[in-house]
Amino acid sequence: MHPITTTHYLILSAALLAIGAVGVLIRRNIIIMLMSIELILNAVNINLIAFSRHYQDVIGQVFAIFVITVAVAEAAVGLGILIALFRNKATVQADEVEILKW
Amino acid sequence: MPTSVAEEYFPVVLQVLVAMAIAGGMIAASALLGHRVRNPVKDQPYECGIQPEGSPRERFSVKFYLVAMIFILLDIETVFLYPWAVVYRELRLFAFFEMLVFVVLILSGFFYIWKKGALAWSMEEKPREKQ
Amino acid sequence: MPANFVPPSGVEYIRVLPEIILAAVATLIMVLEPLTPAPRKRALGYLALAGFAGALAGAAAAGWRTGPAFSGMLEVDGFATFFRLLVILAGLLVTLVSFPYLRREEAESGEYYALLLYSVAGQTIMVSAADLIVLFIGLEISSIASYVLAGYMRREKLANEAAAKYFLLGSFATAFLLYGIALIYGATGTTRLNGIAQVLSDPRMAPAGILTGTAVALMLVGFAFKISAAPFQVWAPDVYQGAPSPVAAFLAAGPKAAAFAVLLRVFMTAFAPLTGRWLAIMWSLSLLTMIVGNFAALLQTNIKRLLAYSSIAHAGYVLVAVTAHSEEGVQAAMFYLTVYVFMNIGAFAVVAYFSRKGERYVEIEDLAGLGVRQPVLAALFAVILLSLIGVPPTAGFLGKFYIFQAAVKADLLWLTVLGLLNSAVAAYYYLRLIVIMYMKEPGDSLLELPGMAVSTRAALWTSAAAVVVLGLFPALIR
Repeated sequence: MHPITTTHYLILSAALLAIGAVGVLIRRNIIIMLMSIELILNAVNINLIAFSRHYQDVIGQVFAIFVITVAVAEAAVGLGILIALFRNKATVQADEVEILKW
Repeated sequence: MPTSVAEEYFPVVLQVLVAMAIAGGMIAASALLGHRVRNPVKDQPYECGIQPEGSPRERFSVKFYLVAMIFILLDIETVFLYPWAVVYRELRLFAFFEMLVFVVLILSGFFYIWKKGALAWSMEEKPREKQ
Repeated sequence: MPANFVPPSGVEYIRVLPEIILAAVATLIMVLEPLTPAPRKRALGYLALAGFAGALAGAAAAGWRTGPAFSGMLEVDGFATFFRLLVILAGLLVTLVSFPYLRREEAESGEYYALLLYSVAGQTIMVSAADLIVLFIGLEISSIASYVLAGYMRREKLANEAAAKYFLLGSFATAFLLYGIALIYGATGTTRLNGIAQVLSDPRMAPAGILTGTAVALMLVGFAFKISAAPFQVWAPDVYQGAPSPVAAFLAAGPKAAAFAVLLRVFMTAFAPLTGRWLAIMWSLSLLTMIVGNFAALLQTNIKRLLAYSSIAHAGYVLVAVTAHSEEGVQAAMFYLTVYVFMNIGAFAVVAYFSRKGERYVEIEDLAGLGVRQPVLAALFAVILLSLIGVPPTAGFLGKFYIFQAAVKADLLWLTVLGLLNSAVAAYYYLRLIVIMYMKEPGDSLLELPGMAVSTRAALWTSAAAVVVLGLFPALIR
């Protein structure tokens, strides 16, 4: 048998990290940027769970639970900030936010 | 017995290919064999006599986001209950009080959003928002 | 969970007393907030003030019974106690500055104070963390609360944008930091700081270099953002400009000091075995940060942006102390951060008072004639500015002296020389403020300047006094 090894998970997670990072850097829609950040956090979770299985150690899974909950809190605050921005500016495009040069 | 990764995952690849072939084949077949009638009634989103109302790109009220956000927040917090339930027997009273503190904190957040009117759907129920 | 679980003992609860007090008071304020009629919101502010005072006492009590807490997740030692007291004090001073500010802007509410308390609670957790999980949670509690605080004036476009920018770049940086943490967990199999150091220093267990290298680099990016080190500083000027002045004071004080504390702890303990690999990066980071901060500050006309760049430059000086990588360097960094917190809050207190409703007067030229109209206030501001330059006998001078002394002892001659040149450049833009304050004719706008509220005055006097007293008696905190 050739099971999926930790390395496979690491490659998947690195790919997600790359997609997320590129997404934040090149997309100008703030909501898509937010989603890209969530993607990176999920890459982290994959890493943590993979390592947790690798070491047969529960710490990684506990950490992943904390990451999930914190990510949700972060997303909620982010969406709240975006709604406030949208009410005042009526845009979610990062480069149309111009008072503070991006 | 399969001897390599490629061999082991061959059935999966095969299944993907078959699925794609069937889906593609059906679309191709309907394009080739079916004959097409174009008229305004046919082009409507619902071909059943009901007139569509408004634009499909309608904006939704911001209340949907608010309620969805609060729901997700409270929903995700319950994830802590699972590991807690697993070790509850070993930790006994300590775990009970820890969870009590946790639940009290969540409930005080809930009390806040409730009193602030974030859960009130119509404007009448909502306490007057401070300026 | 191991079968040999022991519930925390009483003394361990004492060790987390400041966190318990801060979180409890913050939650109490949140619960009371909807029940409090608008004219009485100030009472919640007083409650927050009492919370900070209680937390100070709690941190002192915790520092008296040092040791690990909660199965070693927290390490309450002298270092942690020092930074706990510092960030709580910063929160307290910012609360004092916020009272008249919020009343003037007609924006008093319990949420503001609750968020301030939560943020400080996150910082106290950060600085006493002995485990990367706790470190991450503390960092996020602190950051998420500060994102909201930055956008607190939610009807102001500038504040909305500041919050959006702070949030996006902040959570991006946190994501990188987290990825680094995950990799270091993968490389060493533990999230305990001393456990990581153990694995990394053992040649038989040493993990793949590329894995640890990537992990350290990613974590450094995350920290560099939090301390606004170049090239990750772009957010700071915009956020400080858009955020309400008391919040800007807070962001430049508490979260920054806490992030530095964490940086010191992680790199001096967990990554100590890898010193040879990160020291060069830290060297260039500190030089770049000093240069970017000081030279960009020269071009600013907005006081808040100027203070933001000055705050970046000061982060560069503290990074010199980190680069020195010695017990002396840590001491110097601790002293400098303390002094910096006071200088920064004092300066922003003046801006918060001076800017008037809607923050209309935040240009440097608006300061013209302040020395004539408000001699006492101007004198206090001048003392703080002189300390920011590093003129003896202020604490700013001693802080720089200790840092560069540590750097020289660590054979960082070039960094010392370049750092000193940088502080000479910095003198220009601070002196310009003093010159405008005293030499220029007062404009008409100063006539409508109301008197300074008692609480802002208390914060300003405390800051200026601390700067002078620490300059004369550095032994008080060293």
